[in-house]
Amino acid sequence: MTTFDLGMPAASVPPHGPVADAIARSVESQGEKQTQLKAKDLKTDQEVRWCPGCGDYVILNAVQSFLPSLGIAREDMVIVSGIGCSSRFPYYMNTYGMHSIHGRAPAIATGLAASRPDLSVWVVTGDGDALSIGGNHLIHTLRRNVNLKILLFNNRIYGLTKGQYSPTSEVGKVTKSTPMGSLDHPFNPVSLALGADATFVGRAMDSDRKGLTDVLRQAAEHQGTALVEIYQNCNIFNDGAFDLLKDPTTGVQWSIPLEHGKPLVFGPEGASCVVRDDAGGLRIAETSQVEAEDIVVHDTTRADPSYAFALSRLSSQDLRYTSMGVFRAVQKPTYDRMMADQVEEARTQGAGDLETLLSGNDTWTVEG
Amino acid sequence: MTATNAPRTDGAAGGPAPFVKSVVELDRVVIRLAGDSGDGMQLTGNRFTSETASFGNDLSTLPNFPAEIRAPTGTLPGVSSFQLHFADHDIMTPGDAPDVLVAMNPAALKANLADLPGGGLLIVDSDEFTPRNLAKVGYATSPLEDGSLDGWQTVAVPLTSMTLEALADSGLGKKEAERSKNMFTLGLLSWMYHRPTEGTVRFLERQFRRKPEIAAANIAAFRAGYNYGETTEAFAVSYEIKPAPMAPGRYRNISGNQALALGLVAAGQRSGLPLFLGAYPITPASDILHELSRHKAFGVRTFQAEDEIAGISAAIGASFGGALGVTTTSGPGVSLKSEAMGLAVMTELPLLVVDVQRGGPSTGLPTKTEQSDLLQAMFGRNGEAPLPVIAPRSPGDCFDAALEAARIALTYRTPVVLLSDGYLANGAEPWQIPDVEQLPDLTVEFATEPNGEDGEFLPYLRDPETLARPWAVPGTAGMQHRIGGLEKADRTGNISYDPANHDLMTRLRQAKVDGIAASIPPTEVDDPDGDAEVAVIGWGSTYGPIGAACRRIRRSGRKVAQVHLRHLNPFPADLGEVLRRYDRVVCPEMNMGQLALLLRAQYLVDVQSHTQVRGLPFRAAELAAVVQDVIDATTGGTQ
Repeated sequence: MTTFDLGMPAASVPPHGPVADAIARSVESQGEKQTQLKAKDLKTDQEVRWCPGCGDYVILNAVQSFLPSLGIAREDMVIVSGIGCSSRFPYYMNTYGMHSIHGRAPAIATGLAASRPDLSVWVVTGDGDALSIGGNHLIHTLRRNVNLKILLFNNRIYGLTKGQYSPTSEVGKVTKSTPMGSLDHPFNPVSLALGADATFVGRAMDSDRKGLTDVLRQAAEHQGTALVEIYQNCNIFNDGAFDLLKDPTTGVQWSIPLEHGKPLVFGPEGASCVVRDDAGGLRIAETSQVEAEDIVVHDTTRADPSYAFALSRLSSQDLRYTSMGVFRAVQKPTYDRMMADQVEEARTQGAGDLETLLSGNDTWTVEG
Repeated sequence: MTATNAPRTDGAAGGPAPFVKSVVELDRVVIRLAGDSGDGMQLTGNRFTSETASFGNDLSTLPNFPAEIRAPTGTLPGVSSFQLHFADHDIMTPGDAPDVLVAMNPAALKANLADLPGGGLLIVDSDEFTPRNLAKVGYATSPLEDGSLDGWQTVAVPLTSMTLEALADSGLGKKEAERSKNMFTLGLLSWMYHRPTEGTVRFLERQFRRKPEIAAANIAAFRAGYNYGETTEAFAVSYEIKPAPMAPGRYRNISGNQALALGLVAAGQRSGLPLFLGAYPITPASDILHELSRHKAFGVRTFQAEDEIAGISAAIGASFGGALGVTTTSGPGVSLKSEAMGLAVMTELPLLVVDVQRGGPSTGLPTKTEQSDLLQAMFGRNGEAPLPVIAPRSPGDCFDAALEAARIALTYRTPVVLLSDGYLANGAEPWQIPDVEQLPDLTVEFATEPNGEDGEFLPYLRDPETLARPWAVPGTAGMQHRIGGLEKADRTGNISYDPANHDLMTRLRQAKVDGIAASIPPTEVDDPDGDAEVAVIGWGSTYGPIGAACRRIRRSGRKVAQVHLRHLNPFPADLGEVLRRYDRVVCPEMNMGQLALLLRAQYLVDVQSHTQVRGLPFRAAELAAVVQDVIDATTGGTQ
């Protein structure tokens, strides 16, 4: 089993004071931290209450199977969610968790991760939670590069409120609140995240266990904020939303699998590929019509996010030419680490003395 | 007032004075400095305050400035002022009206003259009374020449040109040199009131250590102003205000926001928990963020969030992780934080919400004081969401209030609202530096052992005495649990939609907050002879004006009791009984009667509300008159 450094510089930024004492006491009474876990260790006694057939079940299973490979103790993981169907996730994970309020999970997780860099903090959110009511927190979390992993379950619909269109719904969507079709242009979550200079952005399909696990693994390895968009089927209010990409035939035709260091060739028998266009962006070409060296080789490490952004813009609202995999993974200092460093730096210049602080610079004494 | 007429030739700077000046001894003075918002009146006032504090007078200040950073020069909306009351005895307010008004331009004169009682000393910068400046504020003729200032002791001093003259060799341009006129003025006042000058010189050297020429110019202007006072015939008298008797100990000067920030640091230290502040800049609370950001050596983490909601949300996240989570804001920010405050009520995590109140509603009066967020703090959330509310009564008391708020939050695992206000935040007073060892012990015990019969952890199994739930932090093995905004089942904390459970949990949350009353001291009543028939009750920053009003009333031979509340929710357990002791209860508030509403509702006592929402603290004399009328109506005249 491989152990990944999941934003857990526990040795260098350990908690201290009463938190450290509490952890030490628990180790004393329960033994060393248990980091060899199985999927069942992460299950809770709570009945899972998503609609039968919901894509969330598949994602939950994939996450529960994948997390043990990280070698992190359950008590060192925290899952924070907002509001929506996906946000019930923490109740089904035997870790610490908070099912918070609509849209605010990234902000809550930021406070937690910034004050406890020793923890592995995950955010589970949806398209309405993250992109509508919580859009502001999402982009600011991404630009700060706090060490947390955001799983954005995108079903392109409001499920919990019974079927209104969402900020990722395609234009013209007929729903309960838009009988004549929705008017607003949707967000592409990957484009949005790249626009906010996210250091890690990936996309996966709920039903694709292998692809999903692979993106989750890379997200977990990443130091900083990782945004993973997971296409998730809502079989009640938006069934079949991703069938174009799930269907074996059309899926091959319209998905562009992203693999770092590999040429962007896709489609039946690799008939299609991605090349540069004259305007500095990317376009789709027929592989047989271009020189092999003109085919773009995928590189997740480019400092400039515009290449990854161009990749995300190849797809349209109807999901044709959707890139799946990791768009971008670049290294930048993390917010929580830098915050801990500032505290450390201030301490090296002299640990705070309360009496000196309270006295200030100008005092006078009244004699008794 | 006693005139000693003692000749003085011992000026701190310059040679022997050319003529004999007299010294008059006063017991108290109120000075108001007024100028353009770019004139540095706040800095000048703060320096004069520091000099006065280190001299040993008791003091109280009232800064008053526009919300605009640089309103158009020379206009009425751009006027900024700083009032300082200092005395040889203990005082409770910044003074109702100034004895001395310094007006740096026609706008400052026009905006403030009405507050200066007839015969008061008026010092104006005559250089600024140009036709253009006069026209800007609608003076048809110069008040310096048309006789309209005859009712005051007016001294017109060319402050600007004398400053320029003093800095002729400084190498600074005219514009830059002119900016030192506030220091010239400070020098003049320092001479006039025998203030020590070394502190200001040190301050200027420190402040401009990277711009030594600016430091030198300001110091030169400051000294020139002092020397001018000593040599000019325009001022024949200087004044002495002896130090005030104070309890023995070490003192410093402190503003409310400073004291509050230091109280938070102290709470972190005394609890051993790292302090985490999530905040979004907002007037008049931002200085707490500024102050705390400087204290990382105490393990303080400050997070300037993208908005008010993220500020409190991050603080909740930090509290979940075992930090002392704090968010600081003003009224509009509390509106935005309401939903997250409800989450903290539901998740029963310790959290401090500091509301430095300002005039409302909406954006309201950002830089002016008001205490109109009490009902918002009490009830401004969806559902039954009770939380404790406390309020400091003076700038220095903000320190103790912060510690008390932390005590309640940590002991009872609840969000606490701390209601300061703009007057406390920016006002300053001498503060006796507390002994660190005497500060309350706020140590918390995190849960580390399962508490259920079957070896499971029950996150909502309560302490039988405090009803607090256990606080188990991530990283602690075997204590994994999930919390959130959905209703919790008693004991297990699992989601529960059960009707009986919701009823139980609603009552438990209320009972927990109500139970805090058992840990707070009895109502503070100041009734010297114990036989007053009328009581005045207040909360927060009205403590000073109400106290000063009560002193006036007692000097007139009447009896009055002062009742002051620090804890607004829950009230002290004996409050109802205390209020019923008096024939009449008057409640002055800088709102439309919010505490009065609560008292009437809770105790069925016929509280008489007296309200004012002018963005300024009450004047003691006005309050005294109101209360005196009530006393006279109750007792049938002077006792």
